[in-house]
Amino acid sequence: MADASTPFRIKGATGDWEVVIGLEVHAQVTSNAKLFSGAATTFGAEPNTQVSLVDAAMPGMLPVPNRECIRQAVRTGMAIDAQINKWSRFDRKNYFYADLPQGYQISQLYHPLVGEGAIEIEVGDDTKTIGVERIHVEQDAGKLMHDQHPTRSYVDLNRSGVALMEIVSRPDMRSPAEAGAYLTKLRSILRYVGSCDGNMDQGSMRADVNVSVRKPGEEFGTRTETKNVNSIRFVMQAIEHEAARQVDVLEAGGTIVQETRLFNPDSGTTRSMRSKEDAHDYRYFPDPDLLPLELDEAFLDECRASLPELPDVKRARYEGLGITPYNAQVLTAEVESARWFDALLDAGAKPAAAANWVTSELFGALNRLGKSIGESPVTPGQAAELLALVADGTLSGSLAKQVFEAMLETGDAPGKIVEERGLKQTSDTGAIEAVIAEVLAKNPGQLEQYRGGKVALFGFFVGQTMKAMGGKANPAVVNDLLKKALG
Amino acid sequence: MTALTDLGIAAIRNGVRDGDFSAREVAEAFNAAVAAAKPLNAFLVETPDHALAAADAADQARAAGETLRPMAGVPIGMKDLFCTKGVPTTAASHILEGFTPEYESTVSQNLWNAGAGMLGKLNLDQFAMGSSNETSYFGNVISPWRRNDGGNAPLAPGGSSGGSSSAVAARIAPGATGTDTGGSIRQPAAFVGISGIKPTYGRCSRWGTIAFASSLDQAGPMARDVRDCAIMLEAMAGFDAKDATSLDLPVPNWEGQLNASLAGKRVGIPKEYRVDGMPAEIEALWQQGIAWLKDAGAEIVDVSLPHTRYALPAYYIIAPAEASSNLARYDGVRYGLRDLPDGANLQEMYARTRAKGFGDEVKRRILIGTYVLSAGFYDAYYTQAQKVRTLIARDFERAWEVCDVLLTPTAPSAAFALGEKSADPLAMYLNDVFTVPSSLAGLPAMSVPGGVDASGLPLGLQVIGKPLDEQGVLNAALAIEERAGFTARPAKWW
Repeated sequence: MADASTPFRIKGATGDWEVVIGLEVHAQVTSNAKLFSGAATTFGAEPNTQVSLVDAAMPGMLPVPNRECIRQAVRTGMAIDAQINKWSRFDRKNYFYADLPQGYQISQLYHPLVGEGAIEIEVGDDTKTIGVERIHVEQDAGKLMHDQHPTRSYVDLNRSGVALMEIVSRPDMRSPAEAGAYLTKLRSILRYVGSCDGNMDQGSMRADVNVSVRKPGEEFGTRTETKNVNSIRFVMQAIEHEAARQVDVLEAGGTIVQETRLFNPDSGTTRSMRSKEDAHDYRYFPDPDLLPLELDEAFLDECRASLPELPDVKRARYEGLGITPYNAQVLTAEVESARWFDALLDAGAKPAAAANWVTSELFGALNRLGKSIGESPVTPGQAAELLALVADGTLSGSLAKQVFEAMLETGDAPGKIVEERGLKQTSDTGAIEAVIAEVLAKNPGQLEQYRGGKVALFGFFVGQTMKAMGGKANPAVVNDLLKKALG
Repeated sequence: MTALTDLGIAAIRNGVRDGDFSAREVAEAFNAAVAAAKPLNAFLVETPDHALAAADAADQARAAGETLRPMAGVPIGMKDLFCTKGVPTTAASHILEGFTPEYESTVSQNLWNAGAGMLGKLNLDQFAMGSSNETSYFGNVISPWRRNDGGNAPLAPGGSSGGSSSAVAARIAPGATGTDTGGSIRQPAAFVGISGIKPTYGRCSRWGTIAFASSLDQAGPMARDVRDCAIMLEAMAGFDAKDATSLDLPVPNWEGQLNASLAGKRVGIPKEYRVDGMPAEIEALWQQGIAWLKDAGAEIVDVSLPHTRYALPAYYIIAPAEASSNLARYDGVRYGLRDLPDGANLQEMYARTRAKGFGDEVKRRILIGTYVLSAGFYDAYYTQAQKVRTLIARDFERAWEVCDVLLTPTAPSAAFALGEKSADPLAMYLNDVFTVPSSLAGLPAMSVPGGVDASGLPLGLQVIGKPLDEQGVLNAALAIEERAGFTARPAKWW
């Protein structure tokens, strides 16, 4: 693994090579409607059922910006401490393709909505800041379907016009692991903010991967761009492969061609799609159908106020509550877990014990059941009640496990389960003393040995007492009373 | 008795309202006139039933004692750049031949909401690109006017709203919609002796109007006089949330505030509005116009708009640049013409469809626009042209410090004969020299007939106003109209 002490290097015949990585992430904005039309954006709808006249680029149709999409991009920018540009503009990127009805994509080249920001990542024990150059908003294209007819291609325009944020990093990453950590963290932030669902398997988030190699300390090498990689694992694979390929080319005396490449998930390799010479001349120019986007303070204030507590801040707060750094990290990585845990704390659970319970008992159970935390049969309120029963001595650790299992099965509250099944731990000294007396009477031999100095038999009497109490006696009380009885 | 087809918009509205005649009679008269005017080639589609339905609605409303809507019973022509639901809309192009929209443009819908009916769809220069109507795929419109030299040379009705100008001048429609990108309402209006106003950019929604150059395109009315233009513009204009460049402002009561007295108003005369070879008659008419406005009470001030001479080159960069992108959607994939021979691939389909579907002038402008936006040329052309545009707007802003409206000729010549300029695109582009600057600045501007030249052909004067001051423009034009007493009309030969 790469960290500051052992940087990630590719061992070549001519020495070590360093990898330089920049990522352009396309994140679909969570919004009910498209960037410039009122059409819906539900994933998986029948082809061409979510297409307005604007999305199909019918004659005379005009784009009107969807305020919610702008708002989400601004909130995302704020979440990575980026500069928000109060004045930005949409540009047209012109090219012909059958999935692009207008013949141009409305994007932002010259004046993006969001400027410089940064994302902090952790790899191993090291933290590192990855620069974000910009975030701009743009339209997605439609989708060609080549498998519907032997000689023709079909086009589905459901995605046409859907709002994307393009989040462009600086070439600050130096290993596949760093790229993976950056994507994981970015995805986490997007999901906290609620501006993108981060579902990479549904195409809601995908990355263009820029890779070059150089000898450490030298100038940047020529980069290639591998397009549309749709999982974090594939991004890391694509980098591994592409960096190794570039080293091979360079060490064989060749040069790297600046080009666009495609990743093949089946083989884990990349192949050339088109070179710079074949690159389109996109003829970018300001979209004359749209006025510049001007954001006022009230709008920005609302965006800022609506931001949730973000993962880094939340994690620090958890640690401040006495939660271990490891648990704090695990609990904050996914927004759903963090929200669930916050609800648990709100219901009165003690932070450190609650964190241990969630990361071991709850996560273990959910994992076994194949459920996400959002589908947990146990609510935070019920869990808080369970933890409280443990804390006040009502339930022993083993009884708590039994109760929790019953909660998972029935969805019932722990109090109800304890009541119905008589699982309540007893601290009733009279009842325990009576049982102890019985146990001592039944085991005169052991009693004699104990009194004769074999004090290790204390555990035997505890076990017998607990067994006779059906496991429901408070172990501390049993200990106290046994000591007295054994004198 | 005056023929019903001799009546303008106000006269029809008033006559229907007062019961002098029924709206149906009016619609029938115009429907018949349209049907009988085929040699003009002004209409691409005739929709007599649409006109009759609107007329019947007006007559029924009157019979029921309802207050009539502002254009109740007035049949108009619709430039075929406006999408009309269920009625073919082609922009006079082959590539959209057979295209029938399932939606109605905001401007046309506004007119129907105001009670107007549609006589049909009017011919134009293909995609509104042209100044003579000769670029229409469906043959050029012919002006109803003839020179008085005894020759019968068919004349250009101007462009691109040539079907509109020809129809109104020939009295086969009392009014028609036009669109103006660099002069396409004003120049044709001047060529045929009618009035036409391009309002402030953003007054009329562009939604549902086939785009030529988005930052310049504005719809406006073409009609027989200033009052008719005011009535029709009121019906057409208004905020539309579906157009991001639409102005969110109430529509003024322009007709109600018409006032030909210009006391206290200052009229600027820009010295740069002269070109080489401009006929003396146009200069003379301009001087006459100045005298009329003085007579109406205005103070005349000389002004300078120093960047005027850069307007035309800048326009012929910006407009084609936008057009090259706006017309990319006509690709044979979803609607309109598709040329896909067996075995052809996507690129071949694009190339063949667009080669076949666009006329020469449209191709020329797509090529110019593609060139000026290309990497390496963008700054030298497009960026520079945008700077010029800013300077031109600033010229006008400075002028408004000393005057309220500007008076200029509308076009540097009277109507020319068909074929006379079609071989020389640059000579054709020069027609827009006086109309383009106000388009680049987004200002309201109007052409009003001033007189006729020695050949008996109409000449127009242009009034340019401050942003949103359509009223000032209309009032100055009305002052000219009242003094010009323009009554010339083409003799019917069709």
